[in-house]
Amino acid sequence: MSTLSISGLNVFFSTEDGPLHALKDVAFEVPERKIVGIVGESGCGKSTLINAILGLLADNGEVRSGQILFEGSHELTQLSKVEMQNLRGPRISTVFQDPMGALNPVLSVGQQMVNIQYRDDASKAQKAARAVEMLQLVRIPDAESALGRYPHQFSGGMKQRIAIAMALMMEPALLIADEPTTALDATLEVTTIELLKDLQKKIGCSVMFISHHLGVIAELCDDVVVMYAGEVVERGTVRDVFHAPGHPYTRRLLECDPARQTERTRILPTIPGEIPDLRARPQGCVFAARCLQQHLGCDQPQVEQNLGHDHAARCNLADEVSNQEVSA
Amino acid sequence: MLNYAVKRLGLSIAIVSLAMFLLFCMIYLVPGDPASVALGPRATDAMKEALRVKMGLDQPIWVQFWNFFSGAWTGDLGEEVLSGRPVLDVVFEQLPYTLILIAGGITWSVALGIPLGCWAAINRGSFADRLVGILSVAVIAVPSFVVAIYALLIFAVTLQWLPAIGAGEPGDIGDQLVHLILPSLAVGLGWVGYIARMVRASMLEVLEASHIRTARAFGLPDRTITYRYALTIAILPTITLLGVGIGQMLSSAVFAEIVFARPGVGKLVYDAILTRNFPVVTGAVLVTTVIFVLLNLVADLIVGALDPRVRSSF
Ligand SMILES: Nc1ncnc2c1ncn2[C@@H]1O[C@H](COP(=O)(O)OP(=O)(O)O)[C@@H](O)[C@H]1O
Ligand SMILES: [Mg+2]
Repeated sequence: MSTLSISGLNVFFSTEDGPLHALKDVAFEVPERKIVGIVGESGCGKSTLINAILGLLADNGEVRSGQILFEGSHELTQLSKVEMQNLRGPRISTVFQDPMGALNPVLSVGQQMVNIQYRDDASKAQKAARAVEMLQLVRIPDAESALGRYPHQFSGGMKQRIAIAMALMMEPALLIADEPTTALDATLEVTTIELLKDLQKKIGCSVMFISHHLGVIAELCDDVVVMYAGEVVERGTVRDVFHAPGHPYTRRLLECDPARQTERTRILPTIPGEIPDLRARPQGCVFAARCLQQHLGCDQPQVEQNLGHDHAARCNLADEVSNQEVSA
Repeated sequence: MLNYAVKRLGLSIAIVSLAMFLLFCMIYLVPGDPASVALGPRATDAMKEALRVKMGLDQPIWVQFWNFFSGAWTGDLGEEVLSGRPVLDVVFEQLPYTLILIAGGITWSVALGIPLGCWAAINRGSFADRLVGILSVAVIAVPSFVVAIYALLIFAVTLQWLPAIGAGEPGDIGDQLVHLILPSLAVGLGWVGYIARMVRASMLEVLEASHIRTARAFGLPDRTITYRYALTIAILPTITLLGVGIGQMLSSAVFAEIVFARPGVGKLVYDAILTRNFPVVTGAVLVTTVIFVLLNLVADLIVGALDPRVRSSF
């Protein structure tokens, strides 16, 4: 059974210039105890995907169709507000992108960590002890006194570790991490990733890890989902996708990966051109305008092609192109 | 926090000194001889000369300034022209009435403004939100003396629910509170509007913040998020605004005291102007300035106490 199983998910935002189709026919699985990376340029819908799962879409957002099945039994798009609220935290925990602003500035770290345990019957002292334990796990020095301090008294890396401690303290079945390391420098990024991996093993949860950093995905994840303009263009195991990418976009991403450049840079992968306007999606392939391998089939709606066991790419020419690539 | 308080106090002292300097300049630069103004047209030259010497007006300007400045800092604000009583005593006698009036105004504005603003923000775009918006603008637009006069006419004269004039029986707290209702409403009503608007705006901003999304992602109940996670931040700018607003409330208090014939500093100044009792006017203005600066200081210290970021940035 998968922890999370998404199929046919379509999310729209209503905007002044008409409806914006932010997620189109998104489908993938987060298997139990696996780490799934979601990768794609900014604006491709990663945060929207998370918000749709959490039931926290902005007021102008709407899940038009599709299923988000959690632990095989909860259909998240159908839950009431209260049912969803009861899953958020204890069953599905989240670490957000922005470590600077993710914690409340006027409440101490201890208050915030105790407050999120409001469902427990434990005494306040027990809850505080639990918080200290978690802070120690994420290697916050002097964890006891850290409880009394406020977010602005910690560095960005420490705040992100506190956020991770808060999320994992709930012992969730699914941890969602939205670019948790993007704002950190390279060395901190590595330690944070390792920490996350350790804790995931320890708690035995599934992880949905969002990043636009391919190196991090390769390091941490079992499976990877490549998104482009609100569509899943390729998915499979990290091994399959990284070694035999089936979609031209995945290939371009891999070529642009800074880790593959000779000089180490922090510049994000860039491919000439921009994501199409999601208010006016092209009839055919969303990536066609930026694709180097244009064919007649690009004008047609793209169908997901199976490239092997649990490896698929949404490109009508996926088989052909990857074969060409192999033979070339 | 102590560090912050000390620095903020230093700033307050500088502001009061500056206010004293400006006040002195105004007195000195105003054309006409204060002694003859004080004594009126029928005074003889000898009387004027005597008063001039008594008031120190025969001294060089810098000596006069020093006398004024050092006197003011030590509480010597001169004497009333006719009775000869120290001005400070006269002002302090009236001050409690005005302070209570302003406290009443703040109570009205906070007790109505914060819940209204909060409610409007949570139900953003709803009919209730728009209604609060319109009412806020309306009460801000109406001058406080108009509120005072209409409140008096409606509730005291026509309906006779509340007393019209005075501050109530000395010693009878209930009676004093009843007498306080209408004048303090006149002082505070406009501020209900300011505060409701301010709280609504800052609440909407805070609710968009990413730490609120974090709180939601942990499934915290809406009530906890609204009151403990958002409102505690959203009221901080309101407290600062109130600190500044006390200046305006002091001027509203003048009208309220006149309309309701209440004792107080405003009434004192009004009467002093009519009787050309200028040392009292100057003294009352100075004391009011100090009160204003002090209350501002208090507001900032409260913000400092509530916001750990402010505390450590000093
Ligand atoms: N509340 C919203 N209203 C309108 N458009 C939105 C809203 N939130 C996101 N979008 C749009 O949806 C697309 C995906 O955004 P997002 O999920 O934030 O991307 P990512 O997290 O991958 O950078 C973008 O085109 C963005 O402009
Ligand atoms: Mg994002």
